[in-house]
Amino acid sequence: MSQADEQPQAVGGLDPKATHVAVEWKYDHPLINCRFDPQARFVFATSEDRTIQRWEIASGTRVGMSGHDSWARGITFSADGETMITSGYDDTLIWWKTADAEPKPLNTVKAHKGWIRAVATSPDGKLLVSGGNDKLVRIWNHADGTAVRELSGHEKDIYSIQFHPSGEFLLTGDLAGQVKQWDVATGALVRTFDGKALHTYNGGQRVDYGGVRSISFSPDLKTMACGGLHKATNPLGAVNEPLVLLFDWETQELKKSLVAEGTKAIAWRTVYHPSGFLICAAGGSGGGFLLFWQPDEEKEFHKFKLPDTAREMDLHPDQIQVATVHYDRHLRISKMVAKPEEKKG
Amino acid sequence: MKCTYACKSPEHQFARRNFMGSLAAAGGAVVGGLGVFSQQSIAEQLQKDQKRVLVVNMAGGLSQLESWDPKPGTKTGGPFRAIPSSVPGMYISELLPQTAQQMHHMALARGVNTRNNDHGKGTYMMMTGRRQTPASNFPRIGAVVSKALGADKNSLPGHIHVSNGGGSRNNDAAYLGPMFASVTVGSGTPPNNSARPDGLTEASDLSRNSFRRKVNENFTLRRRTAVTDIYTQNYERAIQLMQKRDVFDLAKESDKDHERYGKHQFGQHCLMARRLLENGVTFVQVTHSNYDTHNENFNFHHEQLGEVDGPFASLIADLVDRGMWESTLVVVLSEFGRTPNINKYYGRDHWGTAWTICMGGAGLQRGAVYGETNKEGTAVTDGEVDQGPLFHTYLEALGIDSSGTFDIGGRPVPVADPAFQPIKELLA
Repeated sequence: MSQADEQPQAVGGLDPKATHVAVEWKYDHPLINCRFDPQARFVFATSEDRTIQRWEIASGTRVGMSGHDSWARGITFSADGETMITSGYDDTLIWWKTADAEPKPLNTVKAHKGWIRAVATSPDGKLLVSGGNDKLVRIWNHADGTAVRELSGHEKDIYSIQFHPSGEFLLTGDLAGQVKQWDVATGALVRTFDGKALHTYNGGQRVDYGGVRSISFSPDLKTMACGGLHKATNPLGAVNEPLVLLFDWETQELKKSLVAEGTKAIAWRTVYHPSGFLICAAGGSGGGFLLFWQPDEEKEFHKFKLPDTAREMDLHPDQIQVATVHYDRHLRISKMVAKPEEKKG
Repeated sequence: MKCTYACKSPEHQFARRNFMGSLAAAGGAVVGGLGVFSQQSIAEQLQKDQKRVLVVNMAGGLSQLESWDPKPGTKTGGPFRAIPSSVPGMYISELLPQTAQQMHHMALARGVNTRNNDHGKGTYMMMTGRRQTPASNFPRIGAVVSKALGADKNSLPGHIHVSNGGGSRNNDAAYLGPMFASVTVGSGTPPNNSARPDGLTEASDLSRNSFRRKVNENFTLRRRTAVTDIYTQNYERAIQLMQKRDVFDLAKESDKDHERYGKHQFGQHCLMARRLLENGVTFVQVTHSNYDTHNENFNFHHEQLGEVDGPFASLIADLVDRGMWESTLVVVLSEFGRTPNINKYYGRDHWGTAWTICMGGAGLQRGAVYGETNKEGTAVTDGEVDQGPLFHTYLEALGIDSSGTFDIGGRPVPVADPAFQPIKELLA
């Protein structure tokens, strides 16, 4: 633990405007993604050195895990939190025991031809879903990694996956800003949400850019939030701003576009807080931020600047702590509560 | 530099007579200047062999780490893996799986250090083989080889850039004159206005061209310059081009080839390049853009090289299969490489310190690797070269004496920077 002004623990007094960095843990290489395990014993981060790093939250003890032959990007857990599955840019899914002293790969499945950016567990814990640069969505038995179904229809690389909390539907988002709703039981494509505002084709640079970087449902399940970027005037130069689209789940109507004007960053992950506001980890040439929106207001109600550009984020089960990972090799845990008064004398 | 013939030198008097004579025969040869060859027989031999050049310009700065010199599993390696190529021991990026199967035809110079991180200067260096200075302007490689290989004798333009738009002649031949400047083509259809208008009979067309030639002849007797030459040549070239307009028509290629090369722009441009080279065009340049990936380098290289791999590999295979490999030099270049360091935005920045050029075909070793970088790709450890030796190597591979000179206005001008030598280890 490099700096720890507080021990991470569940606390009350939620106040996003009081968000502050409570804990910083440093690794040897830039970090890519992070997730708390469902039992909140650990926080995991993937790294540019192809490892996965596990920090025990209570002690800050770190354990490294090796198995992927490239960067790991996706992280998901079994319903009980005892098994973790990671997806990599090496086409593979790897199963791990979450709490083993030194976790080793238990099962490795070559799941796609190309990067697997996203992976998710069904609400009942029985299914695992992965999405790849091969433009395919694949459904697996969570327990053993045997194939269940393959879903095709995306025309661009798949960037994000989210189960509808009912478990009935699966949502997958791609580079072109298209979000497909699939019937989990049959594999049928139900609808496509058009999030093209999250995609840019720059004719001068001849590149596609953007994509649906994350999908989240509102606590009342009436709204689906899709995060990413817009105003990409120079994709190759990281000139863009965060954008979150709020779709009415029933009608597919675009209800609101959440922006952070002047913030040169990508909305890497956006999640609904159970109390109803949205939290976004944004990072880019303008720095790293936690952005907070009320769903009925276009502009953010709070913007918390992080010490370095943020690349991913996860909300702790206590709904107070937020983990972010950074280029400067740090995993940071911020708290959305007032900072404790410093002891005097 | 304005190219004037006011010097009245014997060379130009001679050339003028050749010019007028060739016009009378409706030929295309205009300006002499095979000074690069010590013996005329060598030039004739080269023309017999129909040497050609294809340059694939990866504009913006292709990452050597995501292409020809991967460093997987290191701090700088990024997420992509290395795959074996068709050359034992030669690994390239997994982003180029089809190209990997053609590498036994190609060669790599992995120790390129141009000490430059500027786009404009880098492009100039790699295209001219010289550093850019305010006091001079040197012809680009397409102009140099077009002149050296006698492309002005051909009925089609000798120096073609395949790109969107088209029809324009560019300003890239410097003192070699506009005859050797590049012409841009690329729409996949014959050039605009290249068909004789329906209302004009063939007899009327011949008659008006005959009249124009007579007027030109009178005018040029006392007022001939390079500008009037190119003006006249353009008319003659246009007539010849009208007769060969199908060369530019990609609809003449099979559906199978369109499928194989891909229907996106780069695939179509590669197919056009094959078509032009087959029809005797001396120099063809295809550009793929954009690799200036300061942001999300890996996403963009996945995107861009995913588009390049198939058509480029098809083009190499076709040149080999069609018996053109021994006579066609292929160079895949860029203005520089990209930094080993991965920045905050998953990007890589400009890097001229340790990067790679890929080449193959005429006069080159097959499957060769010259030069080496260290474990993390941060420095050249063996076989360091820059734009100078590379430029000499290209010329020597084509059978052109890279220590030779062009005769420019009676003055010998080196075809390549005389401070350098070719890379002998890469020459066959």
